[in-house]
Amino acid sequence: MATTGKVKGVVQNLVTLTVDGPVAQNEICYITTGGDRLMAEVLKVVGSDVFVQVFESTRGLKVGAPAEFTGHMLEVTLGPGMLSKNYDGLQNDLDKMDGVFLKRGQYTYALDDDRKWEFKPLAKVGDKVKASDWLGAVEENSQPLKIMVPFQQKGVCTVKSIAKEGEYTIKDTIAVLTDEQGNDIEVNMIQRWPVKVAMTNYVDKPRPFKLLETGVRVIDTVNPIVEGGTGFIPGPFGTGKTVLQHAISKQAEADIVIIAACGERANEVVEIFTEFPELIDPHTGRKLMERTIIIANTSNMPVAAREASVYTAMTMAEYYRSMGLRVLLMADSTSRWAQALREMSNRMEELPGPDAFPMDISSIISNFYGRAGYVTLNNGEVGSVTFLGTVSPAGGNLKEPVTENTKKVARCFYALEQERADKKRYPAVNPIDSYSKYLEYPEFESYISKRINDQWLAKVNEIKTRLLRGKEIAEQINILGDDGVPVEYHVVFWKSELIDFVILQQDAFDDIDSVSSMERQEDIVNMVMDICHAEFEFETFLDVMNFFKRVINVCKQINYSEYKSDKYNEFMKQLEELVATKKVKS
Amino acid sequence: MATKAFQKIYTKISQITKATCSLKATGVGYDELATIDGKLAQVVKIAGDEVTLQVFEGTGGIPTNAEVVFLGKAPSLKVSDQLAGRFFDAYGNAIDGGPQIEGKEVEIGGPSVNPVRRKQPSELIATGIAGIDLNNTLVSGQKIPFFADPDQPFNQVMANVALRAETDKIILGAMGMTNDDYLYFKNVFSNAGALDRIISFINTTENPPVERLLIPDMALTAAEYFAVEKNEKVLVLLSDMTSYADALAIVSNRMDQIPSKDSMPGSLYSDLAKIYEKAVQFPSGGSITIIAVTTLSGGDITHAVPDNTGYITEGQLFLRRDSDIGKVIVDPFRSLSRLKQLVSGKKTRKDHPQVMNAAVRLYADAANAKTKMENGFDLTDYDERTLDFAKDYSNQLLAIDVNLNTTEMLDVTWGLFGKYFQPEEVNIKRELVEQYWPKENL
Repeated sequence: MATTGKVKGVVQNLVTLTVDGPVAQNEICYITTGGDRLMAEVLKVVGSDVFVQVFESTRGLKVGAPAEFTGHMLEVTLGPGMLSKNYDGLQNDLDKMDGVFLKRGQYTYALDDDRKWEFKPLAKVGDKVKASDWLGAVEENSQPLKIMVPFQQKGVCTVKSIAKEGEYTIKDTIAVLTDEQGNDIEVNMIQRWPVKVAMTNYVDKPRPFKLLETGVRVIDTVNPIVEGGTGFIPGPFGTGKTVLQHAISKQAEADIVIIAACGERANEVVEIFTEFPELIDPHTGRKLMERTIIIANTSNMPVAAREASVYTAMTMAEYYRSMGLRVLLMADSTSRWAQALREMSNRMEELPGPDAFPMDISSIISNFYGRAGYVTLNNGEVGSVTFLGTVSPAGGNLKEPVTENTKKVARCFYALEQERADKKRYPAVNPIDSYSKYLEYPEFESYISKRINDQWLAKVNEIKTRLLRGKEIAEQINILGDDGVPVEYHVVFWKSELIDFVILQQDAFDDIDSVSSMERQEDIVNMVMDICHAEFEFETFLDVMNFFKRVINVCKQINYSEYKSDKYNEFMKQLEELVATKKVKS
Repeated sequence: MATKAFQKIYTKISQITKATCSLKATGVGYDELATIDGKLAQVVKIAGDEVTLQVFEGTGGIPTNAEVVFLGKAPSLKVSDQLAGRFFDAYGNAIDGGPQIEGKEVEIGGPSVNPVRRKQPSELIATGIAGIDLNNTLVSGQKIPFFADPDQPFNQVMANVALRAETDKIILGAMGMTNDDYLYFKNVFSNAGALDRIISFINTTENPPVERLLIPDMALTAAEYFAVEKNEKVLVLLSDMTSYADALAIVSNRMDQIPSKDSMPGSLYSDLAKIYEKAVQFPSGGSITIIAVTTLSGGDITHAVPDNTGYITEGQLFLRRDSDIGKVIVDPFRSLSRLKQLVSGKKTRKDHPQVMNAAVRLYADAANAKTKMENGFDLTDYDERTLDFAKDYSNQLLAIDVNLNTTEMLDVTWGLFGKYFQPEEVNIKRELVEQYWPKENL
């Protein structure tokens, strides 16, 4: 008998129930009111009083309304058919919902029961298999998906039968397994998993090392992120967090991209809905939408579901990772998720931590980031979940709990800066405060020296040093005046400006400049560093400024031209001639 | 509100605070309305048989034996075409002496639009103000506030924008607006002969503050009626959202909630988002655009209200008095329209995005030059030129008294580029320079 309960109290979406049987922490229940069934999750139990957060509006809910417990935590349904779908934070398929407005209590199935999949068996009768081992494969949008032994399966099973190659629906039995006790288990293509539990169905989680190409120079060249790595992008509003995230999700070299729009603007999600079906994946030539899943829990959707949305997204990412795929997960914004936690903690009248956030905010964040990673699966294949979250610090102040706690766990830090945004130096990533810990990994160093060359890291470090030196000189010039420092200082300063304008700044709205291949990034770095290494002779600081402005202008034209096109070559030649006019002959 | 027959009347209030009353009652729904001696109140907490009501006009004068009647419904508004041209209070009652509205009764604060049913906004809203159209183009379905100090002429600019924009309906939601400003809006709209397409929900500084909490939902419920049922383009003006947030803070304080930053409730972000996210472009052609005002205290945008607003809205517009030209301008550095790239260069001339960025960059150079000058350093020839450019740019384009179409704005900007700079100083794609650089300056 399932436990039932009755509503006893209501404060916004926090409802108190009295129950007649056992309930589990985080168990899901449904409360019925006015013909609607409202989904809710257990947050706290005090005697026979159970506090639940309702994932929908509680308008009209009365004392005495019945509740029914389901016996399981918040779960997602995993299987073929999720790609290019748009879900809400609880994995309801938004496209299957009726009407323009979201109706309370409307839950839609995440997968498609009728769709047939071309199944190819991978396992043979008699094979010994464990949870998450691959039994067969289906193809979805040209992604090789795997049908796996149920994730919850305990012990070693023997494959008793397996379906022949052919077309099956997700509910058809594709294999029968015999477990250690001799019970037969029928397996179909559907898996279920509780979202708040990390999947640990891998044998090893080594340090990640493989560059994840994003086409964004300030990331790939200056502070690279790796497959299975973690990073975060904090920034005040208006500094281009979302533009940067969208650029990464469009261009990144990943098999699957999952975007969790967590408590953000609906129009931003609409932008993805509208653009991605049209845009082409630069790596495969296929439509971007085919590899994308969107979890849209926008800011006006119920707060509790906002908290669930990031977990839903992470669980899907782990599911694809178990198939040996490279998954990129983006969450915009993790601050909204933390705020959802704060709202609930406040309603439960818990003692608040810093800035009224719950005391355990730090462990919640670190556990979540910990679910990302590069893993070796049971069969030796590898898969990865790369996680990039944005943080929206209150008042743009990075000394707030969400930013500080994220900084402890994320390995890449892309600090968006108001001052750069004001000057329209986009992407407004501060090159000096930002970092990528992966640059210090010996694993990454040996990888990148093979991928590009063994001079690369030295060049990257030189770029950083020059930017820092440029900033110091700019401060000195501000204090002492243009005439107060030697002309050579101006040269050093303008060389750092050249790096800023040509390497760091990138026009996200230009078809060509918005994405730079690694090969092109290497050329740009070489072009800029050659100029930085050259010695020039100038009479006055004005000459320095005028000369470098012209150089920057030509370099910008190069960035705007198609790679290795006639126009590109023409500008390259122009640059060479221009540089030669002031270069000291050696 | 007349009471119906057979309604249960409670007469024993157990607790009264400045904004709330509690009593024992059964069969009450969450969010439900009630009257307490005729004063409107709403259920904000149910704990067993104890119900807490938030009293909109304040609890002053409520006795412990007041008559409490539950109305069995959430706050609602009667919607029909009769709304057009009328003035209402926060409860949706007519205050202009005309008859009450007849129509369908709709609960306010209704559900959100399914994001997959939204359409991407793509229609430009022209205002004639270059600081907006050129640098921060507005798009229908957008939500954007003015961030302004109380002494700035934001209501005037907003009234101008509303009248120049091509929309079917303008809905004004006034929260804590001074009576004088309310009359100003009324006059401007009636002088422009636009009164028949304007609907106003008014809460002035003379009305109880908690009543303000109903204003945005009332205005947006009316907006949804015209946008969804009539496929109209609706512009909603909300002034001032800081007063709204202050009312939220009062209520949450009375309910003993733990305040977060700046004494605001921890749910401020969600509360504001629920309002602003009603801005939408429907596929059927109707749209709701929200232009709001968030007053700042001493220009501080890190305060919780502007800060949370900035994360929700699609940009913000800053007004600033430019002492060089003695006019109020739309600040190009701090203003931003996030949706501008959906129209600029697409619905406007193709050079729009690059011209806009280049001009702002040069304006930034001028700001640096000014700092240099103020610190007593010598200016270079380039510095001098940027300063002259900035003055012209401010006067001819950024000032709020400008009224041009976008093509004229672009031509004026190219004219200024040509007057003060060489093509290589502006960093614009060569094709565009070749096409638009003023020929007399080449």
